Amino acid sequence: MSTGRRHEASTIALTAVLGAIALIATLLLLAPTVVVIVLSFTNGYSLKFPPPGYSLRWYESLPGAFQLQYAALNSLKVASTSTLLAVVLGVGAAMAIARSEKAMARVLDSFFMSPLILPALAFGLASLIYFSRIGIELSLLTLVIGHAVVGVPYVIRTTVAALSQMPAALLESSASLGASRAYTFRRVTLPLIAPGIAAGAFICFMSSFDNVPVSLFLRDASTDMLPIRMWQDLEGRLDVSIAAVSSLMVLVTLVLMIVMERLTGISQRMR
Amino acid sequence: MNSPVMKGPPVTGYSLAFATPLAIFFVLFFLAPLLLLILISFYTTPEMQSFGADQYVKIATDGFTLGVLGDTLWLGLQTTLLCLLLGYALAWSYVRSPGAVQKVLMLIIVMPLLTSVVVRTFAWVVILGRQGIVNSVLAEFGWIEAPLKLLYTRAGLVVSLANVQLPLMALPLITALQKLDPNLEDASAALGASALRTFTRITLPLTLPGILAGCLLTFAASITAFISQSLIGGGQMLFMPMYIYQQASSLQNWPFAAAISLVFLVAVMACVTVFNLLGRLSRGHIAA
Repeated sequence: MSTGRRHEASTIALTAVLGAIALIATLLLLAPTVVVIVLSFTNGYSLKFPPPGYSLRWYESLPGAFQLQYAALNSLKVASTSTLLAVVLGVGAAMAIARSEKAMARVLDSFFMSPLILPALAFGLASLIYFSRIGIELSLLTLVIGHAVVGVPYVIRTTVAALSQMPAALLESSASLGASRAYTFRRVTLPLIAPGIAAGAFICFMSSFDNVPVSLFLRDASTDMLPIRMWQDLEGRLDVSIAAVSSLMVLVTLVLMIVMERLTGISQRMR
Repeated sequence: MNSPVMKGPPVTGYSLAFATPLAIFFVLFFLAPLLLLILISFYTTPEMQSFGADQYVKIATDGFTLGVLGDTLWLGLQTTLLCLLLGYALAWSYVRSPGAVQKVLMLIIVMPLLTSVVVRTFAWVVILGRQGIVNSVLAEFGWIEAPLKLLYTRAGLVVSLANVQLPLMALPLITALQKLDPNLEDASAALGASALRTFTRITLPLTLPGILAGCLLTFAASITAFISQSLIGGGQMLFMPMYIYQQASSLQNWPFAAAISLVFLVAVMACVTVFNLLGRLSRGHIAA
């Protein structure tokens, strides 16, 4: 059975090679998180890794970092407001296109999804020129509008997926038992698609909180946003306090992520 | 119609009218700005007084802009290929892992997608820096005398971009590999094909739609990855997003910034269309 043994050997070799690359990939996926968290506890002034010693000094510096706090607050305001707007507009649009056979529904779907593929920076610049031409001054409102446009696709994608997985029989039986459309929506549809909406809203919120290309153009000079503040701090001087901020963000993300996984199975909805 | 009083679409669907608010919102704040961008790109000077194709002539002839564009697309391609290698191996191992490992792996893959890009890029600045992990380890083993320059290099940028975008590649590949009928691989082995032959002749071709979907997402994300490009590439390398930002913000040259944005946008759309066509072809190929 020499061919059999040769086959076994080739199977082992393939599994070993792909497995080794996969292991490297997994380490590379984990590395950034681990590195940032370890570095945030350094007692040094530089990004030297491994740190020369450990302390909480960079965390202790955060309560006095007013610029970062102000920027974080702005990001929080914009992310929550734009997510709310994206959910209200996006769920309606998802209902309209999810189970429709009409060609118009496909056209609308592509239209609403296009911000995902379009370079966000080009959209940011276009919006800046647009707002300045129609005489709307840059403010938190312009940021909310811009973020809602680029965030809406996430809400639509997860909501449409949730709607199309819903068995049609449920809606038909609800209707045949005499329930009105509105009643069926409130009592049958909404509870079933709520996890899908929540997952989309969560992704929309996180992407808004992290947005740079749109914020760069649509914020006014006095409105600082967290990722932009961090980016500029890093470009000027490789500031270690950014490591502490980053670790806090990683921690919050991880907690939110686990909660969302429990509530909505979010990792299955991000495909 | 089941019942004479029922009007409109069947109970399982909703009227297209539900999309009206978003459609209006998109026309006002998405379509209109983009159309205005086209208009602005046809002004001849930053003062925006007369119309002409001057900006586009400048792009075609200045010998610089097209270079930046080509370099940006080339960066996207390099990143996508490295990402495909890492992502495919990861996805291939994922579907062969036991359920408990899959759960943990999925969290490890999805978590970076939700972590701030600035944070992830910052980590790579730490890893690649003069006093970073790579240099510390190499120095520890005595393999290098002086720290290597990794940050602000092309190779460093490609490696870190590939990692920042890895989840976008891995997720569609996992979906594609999970859909693959395991009997096909078994049949190929039973008929005497080696594991490598089964992999290249069965597994790879049948997961082509997933490969193309992953490549599309990775490519689109890495050419517009403004933060990673500027922090890891440094001031020496210029790519389209930064170029657009400089022209628009520092130089206040809106017509030229608009024109290069549109050229960039069209180039991205052309790449997307090619990927989509290939995807459709590969799906047809599999169905046949």
